[in-house]
This record gives sequence, C-alpha cells and structure tokens, in this order.
Amino acid sequence: METVTITMKNAPALYLEADNVSPDAFAGKTAAQISELHVHEGNTTSALGKYFEVKGDAGATAADTKIVVKGDVKKVKYLGFKMTAGELVIEGNTDLYVGAWMTGGKILAKGDVAAFAATAMKGGDLVIEGNAGNYLGAAYRGDWRGMSGGKILVKGNAGSDIGMYMTGGEIVVNGNVDVHALTHAEGGKLVVKGNAKSKVGGQMIDGEIIIFGSIDTMMPGFKPVGEVELEVDGAKAKFSHFIGDMGERHKKRKGQVVYANLYKKL
Amino acid sequence: MSEYIIKNGHVFDPVQGIKGDKKDISIKDGKIVDKVSSSAKVIDAKDKTVMAGAVEIHAHIAGPKVNLGRIYRPEDKLFSCTATHGMERMGGGASIPTTFKTGYEYAKMGYTTAMEAAMPPLFSRHVHEEIRDTPIIDEGAFPVFGNNWFVLEYLKNHEVENTAAYIAWLLRVTKGYAVKVVNPGGTEAWAWGLNCLSVNDPVPYFDITPAEIVKGLIEANEYLGLPHSMHIHPNDLGNPGCYQTTLDTLKLAEGFKAKNNFGREQVMHLTHSQFHSYKGTNWADFESGAKEITDYVNKNKNITIDTGNVTLDETTTMTADGPFEHHLTGLNHLKWANVDVELETAAGVVPYIYSPNISVCAIQWAIGLEIPLMMKDPMRCYITTDHPNAGPFTRYPRVIKWLMSKKARDAQVNAFKHKDKVLSQTSIGSIDREISLYELAQMTRAGPAKSLGLTSMCGGLAPGMDADVAVYNFNPDKPVTNPDDIETAFSRCAAVFKSGVQVVQDGEIISIGNKRTLWVNVNVKENPQVMRDINEKFVKYYSMSQNNYEALGHHFVPNPYALEVDATQA
Repeated sequence: METVTITMKNAPALYLEADNVSPDAFAGKTAAQISELHVHEGNTTSALGKYFEVKGDAGATAADTKIVVKGDVKKVKYLGFKMTAGELVIEGNTDLYVGAWMTGGKILAKGDVAAFAATAMKGGDLVIEGNAGNYLGAAYRGDWRGMSGGKILVKGNAGSDIGMYMTGGEIVVNGNVDVHALTHAEGGKLVVKGNAKSKVGGQMIDGEIIIFGSIDTMMPGFKPVGEVELEVDGAKAKFSHFIGDMGERHKKRKGQVVYANLYKKL
Repeated sequence: MSEYIIKNGHVFDPVQGIKGDKKDISIKDGKIVDKVSSSAKVIDAKDKTVMAGAVEIHAHIAGPKVNLGRIYRPEDKLFSCTATHGMERMGGGASIPTTFKTGYEYAKMGYTTAMEAAMPPLFSRHVHEEIRDTPIIDEGAFPVFGNNWFVLEYLKNHEVENTAAYIAWLLRVTKGYAVKVVNPGGTEAWAWGLNCLSVNDPVPYFDITPAEIVKGLIEANEYLGLPHSMHIHPNDLGNPGCYQTTLDTLKLAEGFKAKNNFGREQVMHLTHSQFHSYKGTNWADFESGAKEITDYVNKNKNITIDTGNVTLDETTTMTADGPFEHHLTGLNHLKWANVDVELETAAGVVPYIYSPNISVCAIQWAIGLEIPLMMKDPMRCYITTDHPNAGPFTRYPRVIKWLMSKKARDAQVNAFKHKDKVLSQTSIGSIDREISLYELAQMTRAGPAKSLGLTSMCGGLAPGMDADVAVYNFNPDKPVTNPDDIETAFSRCAAVFKSGVQVVQDGEIISIGNKRTLWVNVNVKENPQVMRDINEKFVKYYSMSQNNYEALGHHFVPNPYALEVDATQA
C-alpha cells in the first residue's frame, strides 16, 4: 500500500469542499497530479495543491492507497467522500460529511468530526477517536435511506439525530449521545456505552438500540417486555427489554410482527 | 430575422408524408418557407435525421404540486445539479428539475412545445410564473375540471351550455389550454373519505357519477369547439383490474364526433394509458390489459391516447388524483404530501422507485411499451412518461430506443430479476414490431400536434408552419448495431430551431429563443347566470376575491399566444 500525505499549508478563509480527498480520486496518480485535483472554496474552484502540500504517489487502485491528512483541517468538508476502498487517516479535527456515502475502506479520524459524517454509508469502517457531530450515519436531507452497512466507532460523544433512517450496519458510541438517536430507523444497531437523552428510537420500525447508561425520558411508544441478559463486546450484563415504536406501522417477517428492540442496562 | 437552410438531411415529416427523403428545409422570419436567399445560413444535415420540433402532450412541469415535489425532495437534487455554463443558468433535480433545467433538457432533445397537464385553477398564477421561467419551449396548461364544484353542479342537471360558459370563463382567467379531467368525481369524493373507482360510483352530496361528468364535459368541449379534446385520467388509476373502468370510460365517447376548426378528430384523449391497462385481481396475479385497451382504441377513431412509459427510475409521483397518492404512500411507506385546492381539486405527491427487481414494476415497463407497439395508428398514440409519474421526461431517448429496437427490449427483459413473470403476464416477448423514424415522428410530432389542435402551427415541416426543427445525429441509412446509439442520438440534438431561432447547437443551448404561453380564448354568448354563480361562489366560498384570481398581464404571461375560438353561434 502506498501512502500519500497531504498537509495543510494555506488554510482557506472560507470552508473548503475537498470531495476529491479519497483513495478513489487519488488512485493511480502522482503527487503532482493529485495537487491538480479540484477543490471548492466558496464559489471558486481551485487546485488541491493551493491549500495542501502533497507528498507521495498513490497506489494503482483505491485499495492500494492510504491518505494521511495533516495540519489544521477543521474547515475542510467531505474528506473520504464516496470512498470505496483504501485508508484515510485524519490527524486533526475536521468538518462536515467525513466518509459520506462511503461504501468501503477505512477512515480513522483522530480528532473530532462535525455533522453528517458517514451520511448514507453503505460499508467500510469509520473510527472517530474524538467526538462526532449531529446526524452521524443518518440519511441525507429529505432522504429515507440512512446508513445501511459498515461500522462506526466513536470513542468520544456523539451529537443528536445519529442513525436517522438507519437500515443496517452498526454504530458504537463509547461516550454519550444527544437526542433523537435512530429516529425512523428500519434496521441496524446502535450501542451507547454512556448516557442517552430523550426521544431514543422515535418512530423506529426495526433495528436495535443498546444503552448502558441512562435515558432522560423514554419514548411513550416503547413497551417494556421483561429483562434479558446480553453479551456486548465480550461483557455480559442484564438489560430491560423494550419493543416499539408502537405508534408506527409494523412489518412482518416469517409471519411474525417485527418491532424495534431497545435494551437499557439495569 | 435571419434565414437558414438545413441541407441534405433525411427528413421525416408525416404532415407532408415525407419518409426520410433527402430534402432541404428553409427557414425565414420564424416560419418554414419554400426557399430562402443565397445569404441564408447553411446547416449541414448530411447523414442526419431532420424532424419538426417534438410536441409534449402531457407532463407535470409547472405549478404548485411540481414545486411541492421540489421543496420536499431535496434528495432529488443531490448529485444532479449543474453549474452555470455558457447560456445556461444553474439547474438541478433528476425527476423534478428546476424550471430552467426543464426548458434546457426539452430543447436539447428536440422538443419545442410542451403541455403542463394539470393546472389547479386557483393556482394558475403560480403555474404561469413557472411557465414564464421555463426557457425556450412554448407551453400551455390544462386546468382541471373533473372535480370542480361548478362543473359538478351544472352537469348534475345536464346544463351543458352553462358548463361550456364556465369552461370559457375559466380558460380565459387562468390562461388555460384545454379541459383536463383527473379521477372524475373521485377527488371530490375523497374529501368525504370516499373515492370513485368505477364510472358509476356516485359523488357524495353532488349526487352525480363520473360517467355523467365525462359525457357532459365532452359535450361542452365540442359545443365550444376547443382546439384539444377532453383530456382524461380516468377513475381507478393504477389498480389491478382497472382496465375495465378504463374501457367503461372510453365507451362514454361513443356517438360523439369532434366539432372544431383546428383539424382535431378525437373527442377524448386518454392519458398515461399504461397506468389504466392493468388486469388481474391483486399484485400477485397482476397482468397486462394492453391488448384489451388498444383493441378498443384501434377500433374507435374518436379517441387518442398517450403511453405513460415506466422508465425504471427513482422518480416522484404527483397527480390531482389525491386519493391515489394516499393509497400509494400506504403501499411504499415513503413520504406523502397533499395539497387541497378549495372548490376545485386536490393533489398528492409521493416518491417512487420503479425497481427492475420488482415484478410489478417490470410488468408496468412492459405494458408501457406494448401499448404503442399494439396501436395500429401512430397518429393516435403519443410517447409520454406522464413526467415525472412513470419516469422523468429526460428518459424519452431511452423509451425511443426500446420502441425502435427489439434487441434493446430483449436485453432489458433479460436483465429483469423476474423475467419469467414479465413474459407470462405480458406479451412483450412476442412483439417483434420496431417503430420506424416516420412512426416516431407521428408519435412525437404530427400526432400530438393534431390532437392538441395545433396542426397548422407545429408538428410538421410544411411551408407556413412555425420553424420548429430538430436535427439528430442519426443516419437512417446505416443499420443500428448497438441500440444505445439510438438513445445517444435522441438525447442531444445536433441543432434545434424554435420559431426560426437556433436554440441548440451540438447539444448545447445557444439561445433561449422566444418562448410563448399558448392559451385558448373562447368567445361565448353572454351568460348572466354563470357570471352570477361565479360571483356567488367567490363571495360565499372562495378564500380569495375574484380580482386576485386571474392570471393576467406581463408578470404572469409575458408572451401570450391565444388560439381564438368563436362559440357565439353555438
């Protein structure tokens, strides 16, 4: 695997849309060619090399390409946009849409990421060592197709509306999450090691939520059905089991009515 | 104005019966002429296909429900936006493009005239503002009448003359083009929690049946002698078994003859017939009724139809058939929006994905192609996608490919997940017919123009007609080896002229032309009763005054073209 390192040298005055910073766009290109890829700052289009110093040539394919992003990229959006394979490491904090529409490969964000990370993600791995913003793994505005595959790990906290319209895949948050987790979800799994706020799983039709800490206010549409023992990440614990959202339509699978499952640690 | 001569192209013009002969087309002062001076600009059309500008007879491209779709589907614009370039302003949207993109896309495919198929009269101002902002193409709009309280009340007592006077008034104040009927009585019944699924289901309170509404509107339409006929989306759209209601609706036209000065021969236009040609009793035994419908239409010359081809895309359905959209959201569980229009109509909007992996969608695709392939007279069957309901209009080149190439149809059938079901529930596999370029010109130019009563203006290349001309990079002398070449050729014209102005060159917009709003101005005998009824309805029921109702003046119709109808002697 070949490594391309891009280092911010001239930080943009406005927010920078860097939808070409992905192993797919870099694949098969030399450092000089990568410098020529376009980025947008406001309504002007210019070359990546205007802002970043590019070192190293990419591999022949996305899968053979690793990108390391260094320097201050907190005003850079769309890193890892639509990536299908390869690796991306972001060393600092960054802005919106990290790994949005990604279908494969690995992203490691060592700092915080802002909202809409992994929008409509279909596959691959996203690890965020800092905090994640709102709408992590959610659907695009107006869309009903959120994260459908892959895995997201947030070592810090996550914001509101994460996993909105999620249909598959897994999100694990080691810290706390804000309101509206997995709204409208129709599949997928969310594990929160810390606390959740209100409206967890509102209008959820299918899928699973496991909360280790507290829930501020339980949705009235979730019904307690007993206690279960679950093994999560190798540790066993007892949980109260709820099903819901009772106010929504219910699918059937093999003749059985399907509900979303919510587990809260006792 | 400049002169042009389009030289050496293969010309297909059903109006003059020209079937691919090499012929020069001369243009002067916006019209087709016999000859031009030697200073005329020469357009080389050698090895290319030349046709009149195409005419869209039914699409939803302007107005409140189209805009509702744009507003509540930001995801439709995701990855489908184009930045400002050349003459073009920015545009976006795949199934519900912005007004500018709508005009550009039609023009690039060689369309120069388009009809907005459902204008809620109360929102005619909005419709005309969008038409104004759609560049290049001439447009008209059909106000909806089939659930209108005035019409229901007059026709309940079979007052044809009053209905006609009301139609004349409404066409004038809304700058409308034709009488559109959507789910007659059904949308009004829905306000009472009901629907009309057959032509004999009574409308609550009004105590009238869809059959009485349809026959009454045909009578009123012919009483006035309007350019277009009554244009109908019948009851029971989109349900298995609906073909029976469609046949019952078509039979209502029996005995009526067209009466007009515009060359129109039909008294009823059945729109998006694909959605109305379903047999079976449920979605499991769903099958094609294309044969039953086309057998009837083939025999009855006073009916024209359009297809409503499913293009296998993600799209946005929108119709003034409010109850149908509510039914649809219950089937696909996607977001639903509805607009009720007081006293007049109601429209719903629901996104829909016609997936090639779902047998029903694949069968719908086949039915949409069976209908034009089974129709004997291409002058009475027109290509539409009921944009955006069965697919975006930008897919016309693909529909043309499927119609012109059995090979392309077979490739699509073989790509379906439920291929066997498509072959058992439809006859698409056994139809060998391939539409010729001449038939294509009938189905997209001369035919729809005649049905709309525009036959002296557009849809042909005879001297004296508007110089709407499309030149395609398609050599009819060369056998087609790859059907995709058909789609490519019809996607982007080599050149397009609109009223004598060249608007497209090599697939790029080079002028926004001289866009007009087509409407129908009917003079009728004074009818104090109808005027009194209109006043009374505005005072008692409408939430706006009559003064704010009319679409009038430069803001709404900056460049009107009125077709004049004299019905004072009727």
